[in-house]
Amino acid sequence: MSLSSQVKRFTKNIVLLFCTVIVAGCATNSFGSGDAIYDPNEDRNRKVHAFNVSLDKKFVRPIATEYSSALPDVIEDSISNFASNLGQPSILVNSVLQGDLQGVSLSATRFLTNSILGVGGLFNTAEKLGLKEHDTDFGETLYKWGAEEGEYVELPLLGPATVRSTTGIIVDLLINPLSYAVSSPESYYGTLASTSAGLSARGRYTSTIDSILYESADSYAQARLIYLQNRRFSLGDRGSVLSADNPYSDPYEDPYAQ
Amino acid sequence: MRNNITRRKFVALASSSVAIAGTPSWALTQVEARNLIDSLVAKINSVIGSGKPEATMIKELQGIFRRYADVQIMAQYALGVDGRRASASQKRAFGKAFEIYIARKYGKRFREFVGGKVEVKSSRKTKVGYEVKTTATLRGSAPFEVTFLVSSKSGKDLFFNMFIEGVNLLLTERTEIGALLDRNGGKIDKMIADLEKLADP
Repeated sequence: MSLSSQVKRFTKNIVLLFCTVIVAGCATNSFGSGDAIYDPNEDRNRKVHAFNVSLDKKFVRPIATEYSSALPDVIEDSISNFASNLGQPSILVNSVLQGDLQGVSLSATRFLTNSILGVGGLFNTAEKLGLKEHDTDFGETLYKWGAEEGEYVELPLLGPATVRSTTGIIVDLLINPLSYAVSSPESYYGTLASTSAGLSARGRYTSTIDSILYESADSYAQARLIYLQNRRFSLGDRGSVLSADNPYSDPYEDPYAQ
Repeated sequence: MRNNITRRKFVALASSSVAIAGTPSWALTQVEARNLIDSLVAKINSVIGSGKPEATMIKELQGIFRRYADVQIMAQYALGVDGRRASASQKRAFGKAFEIYIARKYGKRFREFVGGKVEVKSSRKTKVGYEVKTTATLRGSAPFEVTFLVSSKSGKDLFFNMFIEGVNLLLTERTEIGALLDRNGGKIDKMIADLEKLADP
């Protein structure tokens, strides 16, 4: 691919990016993350959830279980390492956008270490050397910039999300530096590796994911609650701990309180 | 049994014991809270490193959960506001079913720690006792945080809540029991029967 066409593609995506951010800004203006669970489209989300569950039952779960048990752990880990290494440039870009210098240096060091010493990212040498792992995404960048969480959505295939995190996913796809540096078919290796890493995680955490999707009385409500708590925890969003349920309130005083 | 006394009696009892003793008898020190979780973690680590058959491990992990967790307060919290209209015998039956259900569920969850290790990192005082933070390092994934909330208000040093990467056990179980109640038209007896099936499939 010529340089000029790469630049053109990049410019096109940047324009698209700003449109998305503006739309997201408008969409998320009116409600905040302090509102515990904001799910005005529950009916629609529940339909998507039913679709996701049936997809998991028919395809994802059987394939993942097969994949996870067929491959030796070492190979499975290597594929996951490779996928995670390819995610580092995107983490670096977001760290820059958040003004997080430590994050920038952590992701840069990790990418270089694992790419060079870890043979193209197949081995997680950085971890062996005791380097802290840094993870972020454009959804977090939006949070840092002050965007509201927005309504809860369940996305087809991808599962639980919020309007803010969905915007983040789209933007991350557009700004991933690797998609500009690498041309096809090599660029598909990354997609393939992250799909495999996803399957690997589905296989490894089978019993936890199964317990949410198949053993809980209302898997939709359970997935929503778990996602929101975990997402807010990883963002460090202490302000929006589900208000009625301050985890440090004393259950011994009145366990039956609302 | 604590869960049999009415809420009003409990409040009266609690305040009178404070008045008499001056310092509440449930005062737990930071060292004790940390020791409790240290010993819990050591037990979990010894089971997951034992290489025993999986079914045996799950059974042992269930036993550990029963020994270290205040399952009765968890049950009461999970029942939530519906607990106010439950009779004493319903509360008893629910507490029994919940104990089996929760030990099995989280015993299974601890199983994913096999091949990994858990370490106590820090502790601090909270309103009701102590918070003890641990880090779990599992094969092929970044270390994650498991936090225990410990109290001795039950008369014993026990943990009454646990967060795995921010996901709150009490809240999760209240949602679950609420959904079970909805599924059974709000009828407590039917919900208990349903929970018994979940606990022992």
